[in-house]
Amino acid sequence: MYNKAFDVIKLCEQENKKISEIAILKEAKMRNLTEKDVIDEMKSVLEIMKKSATSGLESPIISHSKITGGNAVKINNYLNSNKSLSGDLINKAMAMAVSTSEVNASMGVICAAPTAGASGILPSSILNAKEKLGSSDEDLVNALFTAAVIGELATKNATVSGAEGGCQAECGVAASMSAAAIVEMAGGSPIDSFNAASFALINVMGLICDPVAGLVEYPCFLRNASGVVNAFVSADLALAGVQSLIPFDEVLEAMYKVGKSLPETLRETALGGIATTPAAKEIARRFYNGTTE
Amino acid sequence: MKDYSIFDVIGPVMVGPSSSHTAGAVKLAKTAMELSEKGFYKVIFYLHGSFAKTYKGHGTDKALVAGVLGFEPSDERVKHSLDIAKSNNLTIEFKEIEFEYAHPNTAKIEFHYLNSPSFFVIGSSIGGGNVVITNINGDDVEFTGQYPTILLKYIDKKGMISQISTILSNNEINIASMKVTRSNNLATFVCETDNLITDSAKEEILKIKDIEIAKFINPVRS
Ligand code: SF4
Repeated sequence: MYNKAFDVIKLCEQENKKISEIAILKEAKMRNLTEKDVIDEMKSVLEIMKKSATSGLESPIISHSKITGGNAVKINNYLNSNKSLSGDLINKAMAMAVSTSEVNASMGVICAAPTAGASGILPSSILNAKEKLGSSDEDLVNALFTAAVIGELATKNATVSGAEGGCQAECGVAASMSAAAIVEMAGGSPIDSFNAASFALINVMGLICDPVAGLVEYPCFLRNASGVVNAFVSADLALAGVQSLIPFDEVLEAMYKVGKSLPETLRETALGGIATTPAAKEIARRFYNGTTE
Repeated sequence: MKDYSIFDVIGPVMVGPSSSHTAGAVKLAKTAMELSEKGFYKVIFYLHGSFAKTYKGHGTDKALVAGVLGFEPSDERVKHSLDIAKSNNLTIEFKEIEFEYAHPNTAKIEFHYLNSPSFFVIGSSIGGGNVVITNINGDDVEFTGQYPTILLKYIDKKGMISQISTILSNNEINIASMKVTRSNNLATFVCETDNLITDSAKEEILKIKDIEIAKFINPVRS
């Protein structure tokens, strides 16, 4: 039905529909289900996301490896102290993104979007946009369908795997999906959504994957925090009317090429970037000797 | 271009932290368990490559044990599987192993029984929570468990394949892929289908003479 952003925009225009509506129709048709079936399936995803985005806010969640944890609480407490520089929305969004990252690292239940490592960005984006816009749960479900279209295009035309494309393919694509989704929630057009999606990806073009000790924890949770901010910044730029000079299809292709030209040391192997700093090596050494506590 | 479900992108719902080291490991072990006979008292996991190196940090050990207990990758109990296995009196061992030319995330899962010989399955977690089974008790195979799968071992003779495919088509089950390998006079037959394998189809296949082993796997969407 569609393989490119170009096709999606054309479908939206021809049928006078939102990106989410196109996605729901496609999914129902492809799997021979009713629209209600696929919407209900997404509702259950939303519930998982709400839980993972909030469960780390009140009491600290420590990772399975015990290397990281408890940071969502810190950000949330800081926010409540009213001293934050960047304000309520950004701090709440970071806290909720980190909450999901911590649930993930502690072997809790999350929904990959598009991957487990980047799973904090989308839930936090839509939930915080909802706070600001007063949206309904129905709007959130629709936003998830819009996000999925961006992720699907990235999967088809590029990659969403850190091992293949670096973190730009994980946290970059997650921010891109989220930006498009919250633009639709705010009443933006499909073109605005794709502009926002382009900005988010351009902002982190070339971002490498360099997990400390090879574990999906650090810098992952930081990049979930910056990823959700990237989504909001990109969405606001697009809603303000800033146009992307480069169409989303071409941005994706560029991201894919950059990913492929990254050396393997910077693609999830933990053989480069911050993963090979002396501090990271010491953390890895202690962990694999079983002396982390 | 391959079409994706929306829920391939937003999903799977899974326990963290890693789709290949955790969610895929659950699925791999669960598929192996479905291929084995019930009643095992001990399972030995031989871990290769990155599975052997980082299993502790990603909870691959808990994930594999959860799989042989029959849990789904989204089950909250995955985290506590080692304790659950203990209280079920299931003995668990982990060993490192080196396979030649194997995918980095590969495990051999060996089931032990009191009164019958042990049985093993080898497979890999190939990313995004997807797995591929590559060997069953010494027979090379290749299937993902993503489709309904029929696995048969029978005494090789003419007309077997056509008997099986007739049963499938009579039951309106479409064949997606099929592979038959032979060693001595035994044939190993692996067939992935587009439709769920119905009970009546299973019964008819089991009635075919000279089938020694028959396994049917219907995947659950997770
Ligand atoms: S740094 Fe690597 S493992 Fe961590 S979120 Fe980014 S791509 Fe995933």
